[in-house]
Amino acid sequence: MEQTQSFVTTLGQPNVVSILMFFLFVAITLYITYWAAKKTKTTSEFYAAGRSITGFQNGLALSGDYMSAASFLGIAGMVAMRGYDGLIYSIGFLVGWPLIMFLIAEPLRNLGKYTFADVVAFRLKQKPVRIASSVGSLMTITFYLIAQMVGAGSLVKTLFGLSYELAVIIVGVVMMAYVLFGGMLATTWVQIIKAVLLLVGATVLVVLTLSQFNFNPINIFNASAEKYSDAILSPGGYISNPWDAISLGLALMLGTAGLPHILMRFYTVPNSKEARKSVFVATGFIGYFYILTFIIGFGAMVLVGQDVIGSFDKGGNMSALLLSETVGGQVFLGFIAAVAFATILAVVAGLTLSGASTLSHDLYINVFKNGKSDEAGEVKVAKRATLALGIIAILLGLIFKGQNVAFMVGLAFAIAASANFPSLILSILWKKFTTKGATSSIITGTVLAIALIILSPTVWVDVFGYEEAVFPWKNPALISLTASFLVGIVVSMMDKEPSAEEKFEDEKLRTYLGIGAE
Amino acid sequence: MEKTEMQSILESKQFKKLVTDRWKVSIMFTIIMLSVYFGFILLIAFKKELLAYKIGEHLTIGLPIGLGVIILAWVLTGLYVRWANTKYDQEVQSIKSQITNLK
Repeated sequence: MEQTQSFVTTLGQPNVVSILMFFLFVAITLYITYWAAKKTKTTSEFYAAGRSITGFQNGLALSGDYMSAASFLGIAGMVAMRGYDGLIYSIGFLVGWPLIMFLIAEPLRNLGKYTFADVVAFRLKQKPVRIASSVGSLMTITFYLIAQMVGAGSLVKTLFGLSYELAVIIVGVVMMAYVLFGGMLATTWVQIIKAVLLLVGATVLVVLTLSQFNFNPINIFNASAEKYSDAILSPGGYISNPWDAISLGLALMLGTAGLPHILMRFYTVPNSKEARKSVFVATGFIGYFYILTFIIGFGAMVLVGQDVIGSFDKGGNMSALLLSETVGGQVFLGFIAAVAFATILAVVAGLTLSGASTLSHDLYINVFKNGKSDEAGEVKVAKRATLALGIIAILLGLIFKGQNVAFMVGLAFAIAASANFPSLILSILWKKFTTKGATSSIITGTVLAIALIILSPTVWVDVFGYEEAVFPWKNPALISLTASFLVGIVVSMMDKEPSAEEKFEDEKLRTYLGIGAE
Repeated sequence: MEKTEMQSILESKQFKKLVTDRWKVSIMFTIIMLSVYFGFILLIAFKKELLAYKIGEHLTIGLPIGLGVIILAWVLTGLYVRWANTKYDQEVQSIKSQITNLK
């Protein structure tokens, strides 16, 4: 307890540097939005930045989309509180990227136009497949969005001393401005700037931390073992059930390959060669970033202490910020806090844009308008969808105030892995995949993932407060993903769709040579 | 492109080989990544003490192994890009050059 009292922090009081930095970030990004607005007229410009982004830029933007505040603050916190176990999450989040590269990136880029549903529906009956995959997409986006909005509210409250409601409204309004006026071009540049800030910020934090340990990371690990115990450097009890471990591993890995806002980014580059380059760049930056968060977590454990971190919140989410103040003072804390806020803003913008494209491109144009699109009309619908989603995001942020939403990111990954990934990969690889197979696979994955998470310890016990969970594992992916694949395959085998098989052959020139790719 | 020309490319040996080679390479890389990752997960689930093996005063072998998985993930994507940029793209160019009316 003595240690807790002797630790002085300005966290929670308005920080001048932080507020100035944040306003500077908003001013610069709004100026970029103004510039991008002039170049955003057509659908291809609104959804895909006119395919003008280079592979390297898109790699940075992809890593920006992926390095959310949850992974920066959450993983560093998990490492600070649990040591080695935190690394299990970082690795799981990273290994999905090589799979995107090997299995998905090129066919996705060559076959699709704006959304991953373009690829699933390419040779199947448009309406049922678009409706089903929109449900999968929108579910993933909504749960991810709730987690980000609630996170934004509580983070800003702690960081700047602003009220929760005001923070949620600021995030909602600013991100709506990005997407509404600047479309994908503005969203991409916001994401790139934020990714650079985050990578630079985390690097400086690590260098400052290492400077107290003779620039040798091994000294930090040794110090942590001496302060706590040797157990901190080896896997602990966090994952005890082997089946649960495999299930979590599957969700983290394949969920990444089914996130709509990530998949959408592949349409911003001109061709599949740039698409593959962007995955290489993204994997490198994300891997580097996770190595940094690992050192940050251990640094916080030693220099700040678990009891102090835990006194702010049990999950350890404030560890990176507390460490910033300890090694860099108030000015540096202000910088890191502003970067964390910018991170949320950028990720929310990416999510909203991908939700808007699902509503306008997949549902409005391809379902209600039978695929007939007039450029101006579709952009108008997409902008209305953005406005609606922005308002919904703010409302969800307000409704879920103070609720335990930690499970929602897990839920988003479970749905992405169980509903979006199987239908996408089967439509790329399997000639005999049919419309009925695709729709039933998506529905099975979505329903099972949601139902099993509600019955699992994460919701049934932690949120509803029951004694014992109905479904024993924390993550349902092993069951929901397997069921989704099985249902998709069995239903397709009982069915026959000659037109789809024929188109599968025809589309090969587009898939493998890029002929006719948009 | 005419229908017949499209058909002849689709049925050509070179194109068929391109498709099978592409998936051979992709599946091989995928299997390497999956076995390394799930090998790591299974070690955590069943053989924790192996990862807790000390290689220094306090340092465990689990740390370099975890770090190794992260680096391997990146290296694999790099190797795939190198293969695709040289071998695969060259074949694609060669097939495309045989097409007469490429729009």
